[in-house]
Amino acid sequence: MRTDFDRQLRLLGGEMREMGVLCQEAIALAAKALSEDSRELAARVPPISAALDQKERDVENICLKLLLRQQPVAGDLRQISAALKMITDMERIGDQAEDIAEIVSSMAPGPRPETELLGHMARAVIQMVTDSVDAYLRQDTELAAQVIARDELVDGYFEKVKKSLVDIIVAGPDLGGYALDMLMTGKYFERIGDHATNIAEWAIYSVTGEHRSEELTSG
Amino acid sequence: MCDSHTEKSVIRSEKLNLYYGENHALKDVSLDIPAHRISALIGPSGCGKSTFLKTLNRMNDLVPGVRIEGQVLYKGQDIYGKDVDVTGLRKEIGMVFQKANPFPMSIYDNIAYGPRTHGIRSRARLDEIVERSLRDAAIWDEVKDRLNKSALGLSGGQQQRICIARALAVEPQVLLMDESTSALDPISTSKIEELAMELKNRYTVIMVTHNMQQALRISDYTAFFLLGELVEFGDTQTIFSRPAHKRTEAYITGRFG
Repeated sequence: MRTDFDRQLRLLGGEMREMGVLCQEAIALAAKALSEDSRELAARVPPISAALDQKERDVENICLKLLLRQQPVAGDLRQISAALKMITDMERIGDQAEDIAEIVSSMAPGPRPETELLGHMARAVIQMVTDSVDAYLRQDTELAAQVIARDELVDGYFEKVKKSLVDIIVAGPDLGGYALDMLMTGKYFERIGDHATNIAEWAIYSVTGEHRSEELTSG
Repeated sequence: MCDSHTEKSVIRSEKLNLYYGENHALKDVSLDIPAHRISALIGPSGCGKSTFLKTLNRMNDLVPGVRIEGQVLYKGQDIYGKDVDVTGLRKEIGMVFQKANPFPMSIYDNIAYGPRTHGIRSRARLDEIVERSLRDAAIWDEVKDRLNKSALGLSGGQQQRICIARALAVEPQVLLMDESTSALDPISTSKIEELAMELKNRYTVIMVTHNMQQALRISDYTAFFLLGELVEFGDTQTIFSRPAHKRTEAYITGRFG
């Protein structure tokens, strides 16, 4: 009865999955570039971010076309409108991975005791992004709830990073520039965690019709 | 979010069952229609929504073999009670049909027909009613210079608004609309939709529609019928964004059958 519509919804799901994979790659590469102090690895992040920009426009087109032509309601409408909101967060994740890579490319050489802590942060947010997109694709509200809960862990890491950087600044004023770079990097990872949380909240909305931050369906 | 339970109700069915001979067309339908709101009745063909609409002003009475059990309470009184004056009931609860059906007479006489039936003879009073009704139906400006011409010479959309004006002329409390825009072009449709939204300030509108987008655009409440049962009734935005029942979701998303 609605073969074509279902096919386009599957296409939308496939595109969302690909965007999720691109996000993971961008974060993983930026984190690896940081831990290995590699400008070459860092240089591979911007093209992924650009691919995410393109995918955002593609998905937007699919969604707008579906809204116009199918005039979806109920679960269909929630799936499409959630996708429209999620891609903004996914595109921002690409930007933030690119920002981290840019810092790596311009950092002066030297000891980097915080990279281990930042590595933990990176792994945590990659997991969050993967799970939030999976939660949307599998309509799994429990998985989405786990993502939202894990954001506190990431915030905790960021607090630790800040503390250790304060110690560094106190110890030697010449490490101020380095400390700021690390602070920014930590902040970007922390922001990526927030975006994953947003994605998870939209995944829940697409199943239940209820969004944590506001009552979207009231008239 | 509005809740139908906190709204003032104007008409209510209680455990309404209707049989056309052997065919059990309405099954235990209990529905409370909020006053001064637009309620849409949706569902696939043969689900009972039009039958239900017609029970609200006893339009099914004349169908051979029809049997009705349960109650329809209008302002607290059972409209199927023994001493109910059906003509008086239909004055209170008017109906507009799918196909415009103006009488083969002048525009003026179409509108004056109902008030005359109810004993109004004064020309000045009738003039006043005709103008008010045509204005309320948003067609006064289009016909004011041709009131004595036949209503049959008007376009389909205009004829339908004449029929609405005719229904309004007897000052009903409730207006039943049975797919009243399904034969009209988008412009006439949007005129009638806007009209329905204005009318709800003074009347209660109950409409049967096959057009889901129409229900979404203008109704405050939506009732979903299936196989003679009322599956779900609630505020329209909730029904169309997160229906409580799988069967409602399947129908409105076109997954039915």
